[in-house]
Amino acid sequence: MLEYALLAGFLFGLYFSLVGLGLNLMFGVMRIVNLAHGDFLMLGGFTAYWLFTLFHINPVVSVLIAFVGFTVIGAPMYYLGAWRLATTKDPEMLSLILFFGLSQVIEAAATVAFGASQYSIPGVVLGAEPWHVFGQTFPASWMISGIASLVFIALLYVYLYRTRLGYLTRAVMASRDEALSTGINVHFVSSIAFGLSLGLAAVAGVFAPFMLGSILPSMGASLNITAFAVIVVGALGEPLGTVLGGIIYGIGLMLMQTYFSSWANLLPYLLLILILLVKPTGLLGKKVRRA
Amino acid sequence: MLLIVAPVTLAFALLPFIYNNQLLLFNFVVFLTLAQGINVIYGFTGYLPFGYVGFFGAGAYGFSLMVIHLHARPLTALLVAALAALALAVILTPLLRLEGPYFAIASLAASEAVNQLVSNPNLTEITRGPYGISLSGVFAPNFAYGIAIAILAFTLGAVIFLRNSHFGLALQAVRDDAVSAGMAGINVVRERVLAWLLSALIAGLIGGVDAWYISVFYPETVFDPGVSIFAIVFALFGGTATVVGPILGVAILYGIYNTIGITTPQYFQFIYGTLIMGLVMFLPNGMVSLFRRWGLNVP
Repeated sequence: MLEYALLAGFLFGLYFSLVGLGLNLMFGVMRIVNLAHGDFLMLGGFTAYWLFTLFHINPVVSVLIAFVGFTVIGAPMYYLGAWRLATTKDPEMLSLILFFGLSQVIEAAATVAFGASQYSIPGVVLGAEPWHVFGQTFPASWMISGIASLVFIALLYVYLYRTRLGYLTRAVMASRDEALSTGINVHFVSSIAFGLSLGLAAVAGVFAPFMLGSILPSMGASLNITAFAVIVVGALGEPLGTVLGGIIYGIGLMLMQTYFSSWANLLPYLLLILILLVKPTGLLGKKVRRA
Repeated sequence: MLLIVAPVTLAFALLPFIYNNQLLLFNFVVFLTLAQGINVIYGFTGYLPFGYVGFFGAGAYGFSLMVIHLHARPLTALLVAALAALALAVILTPLLRLEGPYFAIASLAASEAVNQLVSNPNLTEITRGPYGISLSGVFAPNFAYGIAIAILAFTLGAVIFLRNSHFGLALQAVRDDAVSAGMAGINVVRERVLAWLLSALIAGLIGGVDAWYISVFYPETVFDPGVSIFAIVFALFGGTATVVGPILGVAILYGIYNTIGITTPQYFQFIYGTLIMGLVMFLPNGMVSLFRRWGLNVP
């Protein structure tokens, strides 16, 4: 029982890290709080759903389509308006309200297009045989989702720490003004980060039908709180912190569901408030946050 | 200042005699009050509580539990509704240490936490859990409507006081630059907490009356994050830190909502989402800043 909760918590933790990863990247680079993150995630989920029902494309393939598609569409979106925010005096608060408006627009459009009902993809498309790990049995869809999350975490890590563009991205994270004065093309770096952030949200969305049970147009709002809790537990702008936050969250959630199931829904909210009040810089925090 | 309170109050007191949809008028009163409550906390201190509905729900449940368990009279229960919201505000006071978006999201999390707590099936004995509340014993819509108007008048009075008093000026100074305001001798923490408690009190009172008026509801009705969102959008659209801004916002947007929004809420959601984005980009101080640009003095 305990081993099962811990291992399942670890799997879900990897997945929740993926959910928070894009939000964290965008915040780190642009100080933008993307309240529409959960809604982009939802759109990613619907992309996978329609690719599967219309063309019988396996979600594992959809991951690549969704990631590339959302990144390519997302990067130019930065130039539409986000750059203005990043250069204003209080980008955090303005972006909060702006992206809140965007999330309402996306949710409304999705409700008009898909209706208010729930959609799901049968878990067996990721493998019918359950996997046996450390003496416990998990559905294949959970394992695949966990592994895919790990792959994307690793890819982001390689991007940030092993490529030239990644170095520049981290320079902008550290100080936007200094990066600008050393001749870095801040807008280009930011737009790539913006695109990648949406791409990561879409990837998390592709696995949402398996990890969260189903997808529906109004799922974005509560996912935002979860994603925010995850990135706040770790540290803002630090991918490793998000992984730590995700795993703490996942294991906490599974333990709550196993032992106090009716209280489990309280977890993300309490965790978020506690961390913000007790250790506002996050567990791995550098001093990047004004809270 | 009576030029604003008196006409609004009178209008809502007299309208039921010529217009028979009292529920709609009641909802207008509720949202006018909530938008002004948001105005008190966001307009004058800069804290944007996405979880403002938590106080509304606390008021509704404070009222209902008094009536159900202690068979209290409605006005006594209303007092408890106010106390419940104030108690929640006191518990959440540490959130004021957070800034900007952290405060906004933490307050949303707090209201959701209270919602989950109230609707927990394990607490059915006390709160009726997810099965909702029924208060048919004290149902008195006309009386409740009158009290709601009184609360609206009180709220408008409070905002007018903030607009014209030393306390309101101090709050705005703290909002614009807390450090300088502190240097000038303003007790930053005390002023902020007072504004926070005042806005919670407003939401708690109107939440209690709302429970009384509708008399049958579920946790997700009175803790619906959509309520805070409406109140925030209305206040922002009109223009915060003014008296008429939120009134304008409610009159225009809630009016539109009731003509096109009820049947197809998605279209309304789409429209106000677009409106918010446009406001942030082009008109960050709301409708009233248009009037100001034309040289009018906006109270």
